[in-house]
Amino acid sequence: MDWHLYLGLNVLDSTIRISVPLLLACLAGLYSERSGVFDIGLEGKMLAGAFAGAAAASSFGSAWIGLFFAILVSVGFALVHGFASITARGNQIVSGVAINFIAAGGAVILGQAWFKQGGRTPSLVGDERFSVVTLPFADSLGGVPLLGPVYRELVSGHYILVYFAFLMVPVTWWVLFRTRFGLRLRAVGENPAAVDTAGISVTFLRYRAVMITGILCGFSGAYLSVAQNAGFVKDMTAGKGFIALAALIFAKWRPVNAMFACLLFGYLEALGISLQGKPLPVIGTVPVQFMQALPYILTVILLAGFIGKAIPPRAGGVPYVKER
Amino acid sequence: MPAPAIELTGINKSFGPVQANRDINLTVEQGTIHGIIGENGAGKSTLMSILYGFYQADSGSISVGGKPVTIHTPNDAIAIGIGMVHQHFMLVQNFTVLENVMLGAEGGQLLTGSIADARAELHKLEEAYALEVDTEAVIEELPVGLQQRVEILKALYRGAEILILDEPTGVLTPAEADHLFRVLAQLKEQGKTIVLITHKLREIMAITDNVSVMRQGTMVATRKTSETSVEELAELMVGRHVLLRVEKGPAHPGDVKLAVENLTVRDRRGVTMVNNVSFEVRAGEIVGIAGVAGNGQSELIEAIAGMRQAVSGRVLLDGLPIHVTGSADPAELRRRGLAHVPEDRHYTGLVLPFEEAENSILGYHGQAKYLKGPFLDIDAIRKDAAAKIEAYDIRPPNCRLKSANFSGGNQQKIVLAREMEQDPTVLVVAQPTRGVDVGAIEFIHKRIIEMRDAGKAVLLVSVELDEIRSLSDRILVMFAGQVAGERGPDATEGELGLLMAGITDGQEAAE
Repeated sequence: MDWHLYLGLNVLDSTIRISVPLLLACLAGLYSERSGVFDIGLEGKMLAGAFAGAAAASSFGSAWIGLFFAILVSVGFALVHGFASITARGNQIVSGVAINFIAAGGAVILGQAWFKQGGRTPSLVGDERFSVVTLPFADSLGGVPLLGPVYRELVSGHYILVYFAFLMVPVTWWVLFRTRFGLRLRAVGENPAAVDTAGISVTFLRYRAVMITGILCGFSGAYLSVAQNAGFVKDMTAGKGFIALAALIFAKWRPVNAMFACLLFGYLEALGISLQGKPLPVIGTVPVQFMQALPYILTVILLAGFIGKAIPPRAGGVPYVKER
Repeated sequence: MPAPAIELTGINKSFGPVQANRDINLTVEQGTIHGIIGENGAGKSTLMSILYGFYQADSGSISVGGKPVTIHTPNDAIAIGIGMVHQHFMLVQNFTVLENVMLGAEGGQLLTGSIADARAELHKLEEAYALEVDTEAVIEELPVGLQQRVEILKALYRGAEILILDEPTGVLTPAEADHLFRVLAQLKEQGKTIVLITHKLREIMAITDNVSVMRQGTMVATRKTSETSVEELAELMVGRHVLLRVEKGPAHPGDVKLAVENLTVRDRRGVTMVNNVSFEVRAGEIVGIAGVAGNGQSELIEAIAGMRQAVSGRVLLDGLPIHVTGSADPAELRRRGLAHVPEDRHYTGLVLPFEEAENSILGYHGQAKYLKGPFLDIDAIRKDAAAKIEAYDIRPPNCRLKSANFSGGNQQKIVLAREMEQDPTVLVVAQPTRGVDVGAIEFIHKRIIEMRDAGKAVLLVSVELDEIRSLSDRILVMFAGQVAGERGPDATEGELGLLMAGITDGQEAAE
């Protein structure tokens, strides 16, 4: 058996690259859902962010401006969801689905109108796209046995957004469990009435959470179109927002678990690519579609109660109305 | 004399067309326990929510400690020293005691330092007021009595000098309630002012210094507790003379209509809850089953009503067996004349989002009179519901209103009307007046006696000893799943209390 197919540096490296947009979207969803606003529109916000990011990067010639617009547009969509579910007390699932449709359709229509390339944005070149960061000593340490290549290939040589994504894991943990905002955020997702009677605005708290969701989805979208790929193509999120949602449930709404869930789901996809067309011992060739379906299958198994219990925030999905 | 702790003047508050508070004046003296009593929906909770800044009054003014104040949000109330313990606890279930107490009063952006400070402060409070709770315990693992203690600590932690408690004993066992009263008495000794909202007269008499009575959104009277009586308060609450003890003639028992023979029932965990119980109920008599909650009464009733499978034994309804150890079907039992008023009207008695009319035929909806071909005959159902509303004085008299929007007493009347109006042979009633106002209790008791006098066999289960004693013709006391003894209607409370504690005739004789 060729272990390189399973644990080779290239498999692990692509695991990281595939995990990053999942991780950013997953942490995005974590803020919103912990505050009691379910967000099925992660996918739509990522896609809108990806399109806005690529379009702006191409127009202004800067990846950073692209990132800025990705965030701006994603936060805009997040506020629409916030208005629908917090202020208007609407159905959060319906609002999220609507955002997914608007983003998918809107990106193609605007892309075609602006760039006339069949809904694509022009290919990003040079500064229009993020370049990889080479960490200090990556080359000089590359010769050290075992750890050298790991440092050079796995740790170094990623886009800056990759480091940002992984940095957001401890930051999110710290915000959630070590700050006043985090305490209140967790409380409002469990029992908004308790927060209200403690003299804290449920509305403002939830809006802040939803905006953080927008910001992180913007990062995720920009990563797809301005870093990992050189431009936007139709439906480029390809269900990543939903896998991120699955990872969030799998992680039981906890940040460090979320990182591991996203790495696991990323690994499964990387493995699927690595094993494509190669027969496995005993079972033979595994269709790539099976590997792609594994994250969902694992989540269903979790929800069925085989791997502990995933208890969502109690007030999730329910608009807060004062009694009467 | 110090300025009154709270002075409300001319408070008005409407919710749409409903005026919940009408020109309310209230003065609460410093360092006293002031009771506010009234039926459900009389406007007590609304008034206190205004004081706590949860709602704004449409007009009127509030003074605290002699100074006029405006309270727009709970924050304002907290700042001037008002704390509130809500009827439904405002606690985050998966937070620790400490986190719950801190929430909203963290004292800084970061928790790192403030957690330690809060813990020390909380320990100090727990000691000062003898309110011990493990600060690191998670709320959902605490019994309700302790959860309530956390609510009190929350208020004290925020520096509350005035403590409002909204129906605090509704969720407590009698022992827990007694403990709460001791805590309140102690808080009063330390100079706190306490406002106690309740609809239970016994609590008012037991603990308050003064009492104000509300009725239909208005304040009808304020009395010194020592100068009033249960009878006077009940009358003020309801607006007419109330019989606290029902009048009834002697029973004329006929044939056996319900016979229970050696019935044994286990609960989900496999624990034997009803152990070899036998009794019978005759036409024209009320058999009451007394006992402390959890001694098998619920399981007994559920088995008879076909809601729970028994392990062994027989139940005969009008001489014919009910398949209690197998597939007894509540719908079939209803057709055979067994009406059942379940103990939990929200869980098993009603479908709360349904209209009143729908609930008033639930379980009987297959009867020809409610059907037009394969469809429900809505007109007939509404007409039928309107008649029941009239006969049972269900308020508001609107059969299209959602059942959730009726008060507890009226919801109970919906269930009673449904079951009693089907002319059953046997009526099984569990906890008929739990959470029901004084006025409605009187009505419900009268109806149960009327059923008896109409020749129905009535099996009554209640944890309210007074209710059992005033209604029953024979009293069975259950203890640990068995019938500990049977007494006549003239049994004393002490005598029944001994049986309820499991001290049976045999033991008494041996002593």
